[in-house]
Amino acid sequence: MADTIFALATAPGKAGVAVVRISGPNAKAVLGTLGVGNVPDRQASLRVLRGHDGCILDEAVVLCFSDGRSFTGEDVVELQLHGSVAVVRATLDHLSETGLARLAEPGEFTRRALMNDRLDLTQVQGLADVIDAETEQQRRAAVAVMGGAFGEQVSAWRAKLVRAMALLSATIDFADEEVPVDVWPEVREILSGLLRSLRSEVDGAGYAKSLRQGFEVALVGRPNVGKSSLLNYISRDEVAIVSDIPGTTRDVLEKPLDLNGLKVMFLDMAGVRVTTDTVEEIGVDRARQRANAADLRLFLRDSDADEDFGVDHKPDDLTVRTKADINADGDISVVSGEGVSDLLVSISDILSKRVEKASYVTRDRDVRRLTAAVEILDGIELSGHDMPDEIVVEGLRAASSELGHVVGDIGIEDVLDDVFKSFCLGK
Amino acid sequence: MKHPDFDVVVVGGGHAGCEAAHAAARMGAKVALVTLRKSDPGVMSCNPAIGGLGKGHLVREIDALDGIMGRCGDAAGIQFRLLNRRKGPAVQGPRVQADRAAYRSAVSAEMAKMSALTIIEGHVTDLLVSHGSVSGIILEDGAAVAGTSVILTTGTFLGGTIHIGDQSYPGGRLGSDGSIALAERLRGMDLRIGRLKTGTPPRLSAKSIDWAGLDAQPGDTDPVMLSFASKSPVLRQVDCAITHTNSETHDVIRANLDRSAMYGGHIDGVGPRYCPSIEDKVTRFAEKDSHQIFLEPEGLNTDWIYPNGISTSLPEDVQLRYVRSIRGLEAAEILQPGYAIEYDFIDPRCLSADLSLPDLPGLFLAGQINGTTGYEEAAAQGLVAGLNAARRCVDGDPVHFSRMTSYIGVMIDDLTTRGVTEPYRMFTSRAEYRLSLRADNADARLTSWGYEVGCVGEERAEQYQRKAEAVEGCTSAMKTVDVLPSDLAMHGVKVSETAKRRSLFDVLSSGQVDVDTAAALSPQVAEWPEEIQRQVHRNALYHTYEERQARDAMALERDEKVAIPSDLSFDGVSGLSTEVKDKLRLVKPQSVGQARRMEGMTPAALLTVLSEVRRHGRRKA
Ligand SMILES: Cc1cc2nc3c(=O)[nH]c(=O)nc-3n(C[C@H](O)[C@H](O)[C@H](O)COP(=O)(O)OP(=O)(O)OC[C@H]3O[C@@H](n4cnc5c(N)ncnc54)[C@H](O)[C@@H]3O)c2cc1C
Repeated sequence: MADTIFALATAPGKAGVAVVRISGPNAKAVLGTLGVGNVPDRQASLRVLRGHDGCILDEAVVLCFSDGRSFTGEDVVELQLHGSVAVVRATLDHLSETGLARLAEPGEFTRRALMNDRLDLTQVQGLADVIDAETEQQRRAAVAVMGGAFGEQVSAWRAKLVRAMALLSATIDFADEEVPVDVWPEVREILSGLLRSLRSEVDGAGYAKSLRQGFEVALVGRPNVGKSSLLNYISRDEVAIVSDIPGTTRDVLEKPLDLNGLKVMFLDMAGVRVTTDTVEEIGVDRARQRANAADLRLFLRDSDADEDFGVDHKPDDLTVRTKADINADGDISVVSGEGVSDLLVSISDILSKRVEKASYVTRDRDVRRLTAAVEILDGIELSGHDMPDEIVVEGLRAASSELGHVVGDIGIEDVLDDVFKSFCLGK
Repeated sequence: MKHPDFDVVVVGGGHAGCEAAHAAARMGAKVALVTLRKSDPGVMSCNPAIGGLGKGHLVREIDALDGIMGRCGDAAGIQFRLLNRRKGPAVQGPRVQADRAAYRSAVSAEMAKMSALTIIEGHVTDLLVSHGSVSGIILEDGAAVAGTSVILTTGTFLGGTIHIGDQSYPGGRLGSDGSIALAERLRGMDLRIGRLKTGTPPRLSAKSIDWAGLDAQPGDTDPVMLSFASKSPVLRQVDCAITHTNSETHDVIRANLDRSAMYGGHIDGVGPRYCPSIEDKVTRFAEKDSHQIFLEPEGLNTDWIYPNGISTSLPEDVQLRYVRSIRGLEAAEILQPGYAIEYDFIDPRCLSADLSLPDLPGLFLAGQINGTTGYEEAAAQGLVAGLNAARRCVDGDPVHFSRMTSYIGVMIDDLTTRGVTEPYRMFTSRAEYRLSLRADNADARLTSWGYEVGCVGEERAEQYQRKAEAVEGCTSAMKTVDVLPSDLAMHGVKVSETAKRRSLFDVLSSGQVDVDTAAALSPQVAEWPEEIQRQVHRNALYHTYEERQARDAMALERDEKVAIPSDLSFDGVSGLSTEVKDKLRLVKPQSVGQARRMEGMTPAALLTVLSEVRRHGRRKA
């Protein structure tokens, strides 16, 4: 009893093309009501769409996908209309009036894809990220996840766990038989490899998250050192209030930018400074914490007697002298523009290096699962492998169940399959 | 309407049938056990051994519920071994080598003790059905035996065919007819029936074996019994011996593969991977030039030897040739040839968790007929079917075994939810909560519960109660006694400088000390009997992991609690593949948790099932 759903698949408003997607058993019948007969599968065809009264709605590119071979797993029709608000409106109205289909709820197409097993959970998340991607780097990372790369990665890890469990289970359940005397060398090798790659995935998760949400770059320095002016200069948009009175930008101001395909969020910190005003103190404190947590810090200075107000210097952080137009030893000037583009190149180089290390996992929930798995395996490793086998297997089971939450599930049959494939058992 | 002669009629006097009949009788039902020969009870078709890994766990659970297999095994035991002694208690399994004749008489004696149990000799050919429910059985001579519930436990007999080389003929096991009419009757019903196979080795004459050059395999010096109620072996204990196949043996087998029933294409049934025939071993693991064989005596007063490890369906002349190529067996005489048997089984996914067939009320199936192999698996199912068949007579709710509290529950759930693709045998790895489901704590898990259910007698219940109180007393002693790091150091335990004082229980659960040290550290603990101290030690060992498992189990428990209404059909639901729908129709999962465990169930499909259950609830509300 699946009903047929439709929705505008592109952003609403005036645009070059507007895509309307129809999915469900009636998709092709709905196309019929537009006066369009047979359209070959998976081929773009130019067709005239007509309303109920026979009047022309639009001339559109029509694409049909049959069930099983479409994104949702159902029959799907895509109409690529001219991107006019009126055309889209008229077409959507027509579709509702057919009574054969209804307007989709948000996310319903994806949900159907998930239910019809066209995508696994990680792919759905990747898809959401592809749609949300604002920059090229974000798009690339998300496409990899959507293509199932992360799901495959997790499956590969689980296969290793299954193998280790199989080896140990063989020695437990077939104690009386001719199983290899010592399976531990292989188990040890599997575990240490697994731990290494799980750890780097968890470590890279922070970068992946930054890639998805944008890298934060905090501008730190004394009041009037030129933070807001720099921000304004690079965004060429008067977002931050520029004034000579200290403490004007009291809250943290965020400015998102696309830097060489990376989404970067510049943070203009409240003039981080020593203050006696308790209200201001709170703002300063908050800013300090935010600056410490940012991906990168840019310390701006205009004299030697500079302070950093309790913000830590971390590896890769940059220190720049401002006001090169008036200070002889300045690095950058927002008046002349001197040094600014070099600075931006440095920032994007640093962040790009991190992107290379970014893992697939971005969701906190998944990171927690992976971290839990790492902790369990770590426990086994730390014990010097002299835990009893059945307790090690219990740890592997628990670790695998953590990973299972990210993608699917595990059955004992998987373990036994491996056992029987590898060993000659039975009397 | 004719008044039923019996409450429960059990068809088949094998391990499933005997345990079923005995359990139903313990529940207070009037029981008939109908079997081909009065001498059937206690016959072991294959290996004269009971227990082992996973299997030993099942026996302990049957015993904790006052079933007969454990105590009969102990009475007939001629060699006791606790397998996996060097591993932790969770994966240790008691096993006994039994004297065939003694086992049979022990089982017969147990059956005879039940006054409400009658054994009828006869060949069951048909079921009595009235008003859509089963109401009894019909014998070959036309006589009927009426009963409110009927349990079929026909083992390897259902449509059985025996194969030796290229010869085959109908039979239930060597020397017995098969059950053909009943097989036809069941085939006529709307059931999914498949075919499985298994094999057995030739039996050898002990007199003809040259024992001198073979390694002996003795039993344990401190025998561990199958039953919680047994103290020590009754019969004289014997050794087994070990020998090996060699490249000549393998050459003989390879040269004659085309004459093997299994390899000559005579058998379609699927055999167990974990009990491969010698033909299988030689072919699949061609790189191994030797396989181990255990020579196991079949009893104290018999010449028969069971050579464990060389089951076969080769012709007799080839069997003799390969046997004689083996060290110690150069002059061996074969008393009975090895053979393979192929038989019908019913897809257990047709069954409910009480082992009844929902499509034909009153009919229960247990044992090898459900696709399992092994005496212990059969007996455990017999117990479940017996309890439930008796319950049905008094309109009681089914007795449910959960996979979180017993191997029996694991097996029933595996069978009814995932079905079988090869003969199903128990392994400890099948139990995801293995650390808590141990052979040593089967009584703690099941005996009180069984007493409430009604299958555990007073004597057993009291015996357990006394033990439980002692274990509790000893546990609290261990929890209240604090140990200083210096005390531990005195007993040679390595302690770090920063170690703090801990309870003796915590020290035990860290695995740093054994029971003897624990007793030496505290006079309060030493007061308890040693066996009680050992039990507390075993409980302590897995304490922390059991907590983690319990948390995981709780997460799953939520799924278990979401019931799938029996009137909910998934046929019209979009987003479920035809394959998944077919399986849902067959298995009829009772909860979302059970659906999750179905083979081929994806997380996405489960999501759909869950949302249908919710929608169904809303529609009803
Ligand atoms: C050749 C062979 C090899 C085996 N190999 C192995 C092995 O390697 N490993 C292993 O674990 N197990 C093995 N077994 C299986 C083991 O014997 C069984 O799993 C176990 O005995 C099954 O118990 P059951 O109670 O289901 O059936 P069975 O022990 O087979 O008992 C069936 C009973 O039903 C009775 N019966 C049947 N039909 C009728 C009828 N129509 N009317 C009245 N009575 C009837 C029979 O007389 C018999 O007493 C083997 C069995 C055989 C025959």
